[in-house]
Amino acid sequence: MARDPSTLRYAETHEWVDVQEEGGDKFATIGISAFAVEQLNDLVYMDLPEVGRVLEIGEEFGEVESVKAVSPLYSPVAGEVVAVHSDLPDNLDNLNDDAFDFGWILKVKLSADLPDSLMDYAAYQKQCSEAG
Amino acid sequence: MTTSSTNDPVGTPASPADFLQTPLDAWHRQAGAKMVPFAGYEMPIQYEGIVAEHQACRTKAALFDVSHMGRLRFDGDHAAEFLDHVLTRRVTDMVPGQVRYGMVCNAEGGVLDDVLVSFLQTPSERRFHLLVVNASNREKILKWFEPHLADFPTVTMSDRTELTAMIAIQGPMAIEVCKKLFSVDPSRLKNYNAFITDQFAKPVIVSRTGYTGEDGLELIVRAEEAQRVWENVLLAGREAGFVPAGLGARDTLRMEAGMPLYGHELDETIDPITAGLKFGCNLKDRHFIGEDALRAVAEQGRTRCRIGLLPTGKRPAREGCAVLSVDGETIGHVTSGGPSPTLGVPIAMATIDAKHAKDASFQIDIRGKTTDALPTKLPFYKRPPAAS
Repeated sequence: MARDPSTLRYAETHEWVDVQEEGGDKFATIGISAFAVEQLNDLVYMDLPEVGRVLEIGEEFGEVESVKAVSPLYSPVAGEVVAVHSDLPDNLDNLNDDAFDFGWILKVKLSADLPDSLMDYAAYQKQCSEAG
Repeated sequence: MTTSSTNDPVGTPASPADFLQTPLDAWHRQAGAKMVPFAGYEMPIQYEGIVAEHQACRTKAALFDVSHMGRLRFDGDHAAEFLDHVLTRRVTDMVPGQVRYGMVCNAEGGVLDDVLVSFLQTPSERRFHLLVVNASNREKILKWFEPHLADFPTVTMSDRTELTAMIAIQGPMAIEVCKKLFSVDPSRLKNYNAFITDQFAKPVIVSRTGYTGEDGLELIVRAEEAQRVWENVLLAGREAGFVPAGLGARDTLRMEAGMPLYGHELDETIDPITAGLKFGCNLKDRHFIGEDALRAVAEQGRTRCRIGLLPTGKRPAREGCAVLSVDGETIGHVTSGGPSPTLGVPIAMATIDAKHAKDASFQIDIRGKTTDALPTKLPFYKRPPAAS
């Protein structure tokens, strides 16, 4: 089932978070928003973290590069990386059309609640429109 | 992702009031360009996308607003002597219509700016010199010239930057399309030559120069004529596929062409010979500021040099990344680097210890991860010879 952007939470730094429960644990799937992909334009490289790495909220876990710029990726959640989307770095063009499904970057087993700073869709839309 | 850096396309621009605007500013905004602060101006970094604009320039032609570049006019009987004194390149033997690339150096041989000097003649046979300087260096160069001009009382210098606009038309179709635009056909121009002609009765300086590795023209027009000329060129080139292109594509194009950019390959701590620009220095039978220092480098050999590198893998090396010898010793740093849209691989230019100039392989530390890199001749891309 396709992921619905309006149901996701967003970090100020443009990562999206989709939380699901499996077997009593909470897992967050993380990517970057379509807005960010469009703004970056011409993506050429993405650096993914190792499975098993433990991330803090706000910790840099990788990089995405466009022709002009390198942008660090920050974890919006705390927990252990349980999966990374290893096909993604070789298919960055697909992010232009599919930032929310094919574009997932990593999956984290949460060790803490989501931070209050994450925005809902409406608040994130407002941030994007102000960034122009 | 971070959003704070000024060269990050997601970055928030500062207030428009803080920046100068080119005469084409309104056109860029109306066309949906992404505007970023650059050298005191707000400039278009891209319209549709850097790669698309880059490819249009390599295969058809692209238009660049380069009005932020400084344009300084020199009049007077001894203008050539003055410029000869402050430039690494000989000026006194230039004939009307010639354009030359050279450097302004300090007494230590450090590069204050790299410039194009043109010797031009108006239809009424008035002659003058025009110096095109980097936007970020305009104020510095004006200040540098002032005390030296005092020794040449017959020479006047006037800053024409804000009274004029500059448009670059670059690509394999540029000359063919522009043939019909001007009262004198620019296809008769040789490379690094220029003339003054008109476009609908308004004067325009047309030079066969550029900064992309493609054939093309650079135009200088009065500021109030800029939009009309820009639109005329785009209209004339519509069927041929001309597009407007921003500074993003200009940078990837000049990198592929192995051309230095001030502040990256060139600055006041590097001399032209070390930067691989000996062709832009005439040392014989001349006296100019910096000559002693440059002569010493030419005689004793340079201690650093500029090289081209092809990092292996997909990850581009960026400016500032350390270059290591195969033994792991830091021997220099990347001055410009990024993906090459034409070659489909990352490319980089670096300044390294000259002892390692002939090494067969290198490593680059890309933010903590070491990547192998192979040396390659510059330019990375050379345009195919024109079909006859």
